[in-house]
Amino acid sequence: MEPEWTMALWGGAMIGAATAGLLLVDGRIAGISGILSNAVRGTPGVWRWAFLIGLLAAPQWSPMLGLPYAIAHHQGGLFQIAAAGLLVGAGTQMGSGCTSGHGVCGLSNLSLRSLAATAIFMATAAATVFAVRHVLPAIVGA
Amino acid sequence: MREILTILSAGVFGLLFGLGLITSHMTDPAVVVGFLDVAGDWDPTLAFVMIGGIAVAAPAFFIARRGEQALLGEAFSLPNRLRIDRPLTLGSAIFGLGWGLAGICPGPGITLLGSGDIGAMVFVPATIAGMFLARLRPPQMATST
Repeated sequence: MEPEWTMALWGGAMIGAATAGLLLVDGRIAGISGILSNAVRGTPGVWRWAFLIGLLAAPQWSPMLGLPYAIAHHQGGLFQIAAAGLLVGAGTQMGSGCTSGHGVCGLSNLSLRSLAATAIFMATAAATVFAVRHVLPAIVGA
Repeated sequence: MREILTILSAGVFGLLFGLGLITSHMTDPAVVVGFLDVAGDWDPTLAFVMIGGIAVAAPAFFIARRGEQALLGEAFSLPNRLRIDRPLTLGSAIFGLGWGLAGICPGPGITLLGSGDIGAMVFVPATIAGMFLARLRPPQMATST
């Protein structure tokens, strides 16, 4: 078994290669929230659905290629996940991007706009985890 | 022919993207939350995903900024790099709130959906609903693409 950090680096390189490929071959930005949002509201471009189907197919392919299984250990119940989904959808729509669009594509493109977005969502995500993991249990436990 | 190649290549890149998410464990909310838990038992491993991703993607953006069109003839669609406005900052803050709450962002959500994960079956429709809700805002706020 490879150390975790090399798996993270390899996985990141694969994400980077997919991003580079979509840009250089198709001229498109691999921002997942933008691709999803445009696909579901019917913006012309079958390539978006093809990209999404590729993402959906990945869990079936990974064990066949000797890569890990996609296993999720969820944080909180389905109600919490639904609330999180609503916030992620509304936030990425308003902010024009998510971890891939601003974090990987934007930073790779030396975008000040994406640097600001990434700094903000990393900070609020860390603050949320701090509140849920450390502040809330203290209040509830007291 | 060009159209078919565009669709096929996008499918392959989507698959590669998803395999990268799985390999790096971005698809496991417990790992993501461990990365975000800077005050607790912090696990910085996921920073390597960003490093690997940017190291490979940055040269492609360098080429795209100087080039005119992609391999299949489409003009490069590169977003604005400087505009920092209220929709960007407020939207990113709301996204971070949701990301921290469940440890799932859009890419891993869709990839997990393909594994038949129950959490993803709730997360992805909620994400799409959130996107539609955000577009109900007054026109001057709906600047996202």
